[in-house]
Amino acid sequence: MKKAAFTLFPVITILLMIWGYYQAIYVAPDDALQGYVFRIIYYHVPSASVAFCFFAVSLLGSIGYLAFRRSHPNRAQIADAWALAGAEVGVVFNTVVLTTGPLWGRRAWGIWWTWDARLTTTLVLWLIYVSYLLLRRFAAGPQMQTLAAVLGIFGALDVPIVYMSNRWWRTQHPAPVFGGDEGSGMKDPTMIHAFLWNMLAWFCWGLLVLFIRYHVERRHQQYAALEAEEALASAD
Amino acid sequence: MNSVFWTHLVKDLRIEWRSLDAIVSMLFFSGLVVVLFSIAFDPRGAFSQQIAGGVLCVATMFASVSALNQAWAREIRHQVMDAQRMTPSSGAQLYFAKVLVNFIFVTVVQVALAPFFFVMYNLQVAGDARILALILPLGTWALVCNGVFFAALSIRSRNRELLLSLILFPIFIPALLGMVQAMNGVLTGDHDPWLWIKMLTGYDIIFTTVSLLLFDVVFHAE
Repeated sequence: MKKAAFTLFPVITILLMIWGYYQAIYVAPDDALQGYVFRIIYYHVPSASVAFCFFAVSLLGSIGYLAFRRSHPNRAQIADAWALAGAEVGVVFNTVVLTTGPLWGRRAWGIWWTWDARLTTTLVLWLIYVSYLLLRRFAAGPQMQTLAAVLGIFGALDVPIVYMSNRWWRTQHPAPVFGGDEGSGMKDPTMIHAFLWNMLAWFCWGLLVLFIRYHVERRHQQYAALEAEEALASAD
Repeated sequence: MNSVFWTHLVKDLRIEWRSLDAIVSMLFFSGLVVVLFSIAFDPRGAFSQQIAGGVLCVATMFASVSALNQAWAREIRHQVMDAQRMTPSSGAQLYFAKVLVNFIFVTVVQVALAPFFFVMYNLQVAGDARILALILPLGTWALVCNGVFFAALSIRSRNRELLLSLILFPIFIPALLGMVQAMNGVLTGDHDPWLWIKMLTGYDIIFTTVSLLLFDVVFHAE
C-alpha cells in the first residue's frame, strides 16, 4: 500500500504539472492590461504559497525538536528532519518567487524591484532561512540541531515584524509602482481554473520534494546513529 | 538582581577597563566606516541630512560585531565557559549581564562618535534632538540583545566570527529600519518618529523576552 502510494503520487504530480502547464500557457487568455507576461502569476503565486507553508513546517519542526529533545529523542529527530526539509525546500521555492517576481515586475511595472512590504518580507525571509541553512552547515556536532531549532524560532518571529515595519515604511513614502492586488485582475473563469490547477500541481510537486528530502535526512540520521554505535562497539 | 548578575557585570567591566580592547577597536572601526561612507557618497547639503541616520546606524552595527564576537570568545580561554555552564545559577543572569555590558560599550562608542559625526556631515537637527537620546539606546539594545544571544549560539561553530554577522543581520533588519527611519524623522523633520520608536520598543520587548527564555537552551546545548 505504502509502496503503491510512493509510485502513484509522483505520477499524479507529473500529470498535474503537465495539465497545469497546458492550462496556463494554452487555455487561459492573455490579461487585458498586462498581456502575455501575466501568465507568470501561475508559477509565481503557487511557489510563494508553497514556500510560506514549508517555512511553517520548518517552524513546527523546530518547536517539536525543542519540545521532545529530552523526553522522546526519536520524535525529536523526526521533528528536526521536518525542520530541515521544510527550510531547504522552502528556500528553493522562495528563490523561484524572487526570480519570477522581478521578471514580471520589469514588464508590468517597468522596474525589476521595489522595496514594498511583500517584496521586502519575502527577501528577508529568504535571507533568514539561508542563514538557518548556513548555521546547520557550520555548527557541526550534536548541538547543531538545538541551535538550528532556536534560530528557526527567532527567524519565524521576525517575519511579522518585518512585514508590519515595511507596511508602515511604505505608507509614509508611497511608491507609484505599488499597484492593486495581484489577484484582482482575474475575471475570466479559465484564468481561475488555470490558477487553481497550477496551485494544486505545485503543491503536489512541493510535497513530493519535501517528502523525498525528509526521507533522505531520516536515512542520514539513521546512518549517523549506526556509525556512532559501531564506533562505540569497536572502542570496547 | 542578585550577586551572580553583578559578578558577571563587574568582571566584564573590569576586564574592559584594564584592556579597553572592545571600545577602542569599535570606536576606530565605526569612525572608519563613517569616513568611508563620506568618501563613497560625498554627502553635502540636504543629502547628508537624509543619509546621516543610516550611516550612523550601519557604522554602529558593523563595529559592534567585533565586540560581540569577543564577548564570548573571551570566556573560552581557560574553560571559563564550561565552568559557567556548571554553576547552579540560571543562564539568564549571565546573559543579561553580558547584554548590559555590551550595551554600555556600544553606547560609549556612540556618544564619542556623535560629535565627530555631526562635524563630518555638517548636520543640523530639524526636529527635537532630545528624542535621539531615546532612539539610539532602543536601537542599540535591539542590536546587542540579539547580538549577544547569537554570539553565544555561534560560538562553538566553524567560522564563528562570520556566522554571527550572517545570522544577526537578517534578524536585525526590522530594527535597523526602525532606527534609521526614526533618526531620519528627527534629523530632517519630515515625518513623525514616534511610530518607529514604538516599533523599536516592541521589537526590544519581544526579542529580549525570547532571548531570556531560550538562552539556557543555547548555552547548555550539547
